[in-house]
Amino acid sequence: MTREEIFDTVREIFRDVFDDEELDVVDSTNADDIEDWDSLNHINLVSAIEKACDIRFALGELQALKDVGEMITLIEQKSNG
Amino acid sequence: MDTHEILSYPLDTALILRKRKKLRRVLMEQGEAKRELKIAVLGGSTTSELVCLIELFLLGHGVQSEIYESDYGLFFEEAVFTNEALTQFSPDVVYVHTSVKNLAGGVDAAKEKWVAVWDGLKALGCTIIQNNFESPWERPLGNLDGSVEEGKTHQVRELNAFFAASSRDRPELVVHDIHYLAAQIGLNKWVDRSLWYSSKYAMSYDALVHMAFSLSNLMLGVLGQSKKALILDLDNTLWGGVIGDDGVEGILLGPDSPQAEAHLDLQAYVKALGIRGVALAVASKNDQVNAEEGFTHPDAVLQLRDFAAFQANWNPKHQNLAEICAQINLSPEALVFLDDNEMERDLVATQLPGVAVPEVGSDIAHYIEHLDRGGYFETAGLSVDDLRRADAYRENRERADLQQQFTDFGVYLDSLEMEAEIDRFQAVYLDRITQLTNKTNQFNLTTRRFQHAEMEGFAQRPEKYLTLYGRLKDRFGDNGLISVVVGEWAEDQSLRLFLWLMSCRVLKRGMETAMFEVVLERARAAGVQKIVGEYRISPKNQMVSELYGSLGFVLQEENEEGSTWIFDVGSDKPKSTHYIKVSPYDA
Repeated sequence: MTREEIFDTVREIFRDVFDDEELDVVDSTNADDIEDWDSLNHINLVSAIEKACDIRFALGELQALKDVGEMITLIEQKSNG
Repeated sequence: MDTHEILSYPLDTALILRKRKKLRRVLMEQGEAKRELKIAVLGGSTTSELVCLIELFLLGHGVQSEIYESDYGLFFEEAVFTNEALTQFSPDVVYVHTSVKNLAGGVDAAKEKWVAVWDGLKALGCTIIQNNFESPWERPLGNLDGSVEEGKTHQVRELNAFFAASSRDRPELVVHDIHYLAAQIGLNKWVDRSLWYSSKYAMSYDALVHMAFSLSNLMLGVLGQSKKALILDLDNTLWGGVIGDDGVEGILLGPDSPQAEAHLDLQAYVKALGIRGVALAVASKNDQVNAEEGFTHPDAVLQLRDFAAFQANWNPKHQNLAEICAQINLSPEALVFLDDNEMERDLVATQLPGVAVPEVGSDIAHYIEHLDRGGYFETAGLSVDDLRRADAYRENRERADLQQQFTDFGVYLDSLEMEAEIDRFQAVYLDRITQLTNKTNQFNLTTRRFQHAEMEGFAQRPEKYLTLYGRLKDRFGDNGLISVVVGEWAEDQSLRLFLWLMSCRVLKRGMETAMFEVVLERARAAGVQKIVGEYRISPKNQMVSELYGSLGFVLQEENEEGSTWIFDVGSDKPKSTHYIKVSPYDA
């Protein structure tokens, strides 16, 4: 998957999980930008990304990420690695 | 977005999880819920996602839930110690969400712990749904884990047997069999260690979706809202081939070929549903004679007598289903329709919304799976009445045949030789009284629902409450316990009837008059001046809107919620006649 493809997939997942068709997701988006991004929805995001990209995040791997861009980079490494 | 299909078996767990919020919004927009349900969830692990999913599935069935969630992991503390918040919430159902992750300290300690939980929750007077235990995540002893006392696998089996036995002794306790559920989806898919370590969920997100589906079906069962009848197509469903073309010797049914055996197994499964109380009916495009002939096949498990209704003709199927509803007194919401033909399924689903139409495909190998996994017929317990319902439906058909021979309805009723047993609530009948109260919609003056413990409470305070049940039998068979009345002896010398209902299977038999005579008798004996009857309008109880009037009550007040009626006990109004011999409880 290219970075663009991953981005499209992740953006769609965000829109589904937060039920917001207009939601714009960019590299710098983080939990402070989306009101509903609580721990409950966070697990839903991660779980949906894992399924859609056919990867599994290791324990602790996500905690260090500071925004969506870093998450995409991690997915990129995992799915192409 | 077809919310109905998405929330039905087979479940696309990934889709449901991802679109949960949208599904909820769409369902909320689709219309108001028909029922409300207060659920207290006491968790032994994280429950946040689970309660969202339970709410979603119930909403799909028109039930709006209000959920109380215990603090994380505190199921024991919240159940056992005084818990003002939980008592205040006054739940209709308590669900104890525990799992093998809550198991430590051996079998005896666990038994003691859960007995304390159930004892503590009993005071709430509502149904308790309790998970049993799934198999352990790992087995240090390997295969031996299931055989020796220190093995957790062995402990789980022993405790599950104990939970099951406890549920038979405690009418309010219902076991949610997650041991079966985990096996069904597979322990490898059930266990998600990352999720456990990061968020303390005791099972995977996929498993939570299956859990919520299973729980919501069980809760509908507790509410008496599960499906009550299965309507079956014949050709290529109950047997292979087309009876009209192939003849009884040509249809596929029996042990002789793969398809024939699959049809045979389906008949056996359907028969088992019939025995446990699901009404069975046929809706087939066939000539009646041909359709009936199929059941003379030497390998047929189902017989004509197993069906409560039999519609074989060339009318559109949805019309036949509507006709069946009328014949067996059920609404479309109570039906499941099984047909191999996609167009028929689609027709019924669109013309009779409310009917559950499993998308079984066209391969007979999977039909049982759809019926079984769909969770349509969940029930909290089997009453004697459930077990003889198939007979009851047959007897009704025989009565209908007899009725056609009489021109005078009174003479017909007299010929039935009806005998009723009417008395105050007896402990042996409380299960059935509660079940009947919670599922009767049509002949139900107030549609109030009560749990087992509440009914027990009424029975134990005869100075405060009048309780009556009615059983009815006749020359064709025993209809069982079919009517319930509860009233309050009010301080102003009146008897206020706040619950009165009757099963539709005994409509037009005069049973309501017989019940009222006993009410009147008791009222006179207690020296009260008047009986106050209450009618609360529901979407389904139009048939009893004039009941009080027909019994000699006078309309007192009427508004959009219903009406109030008064019967003057002292008055010498002519009694309605009935043809039922009434006697009290005889132990």
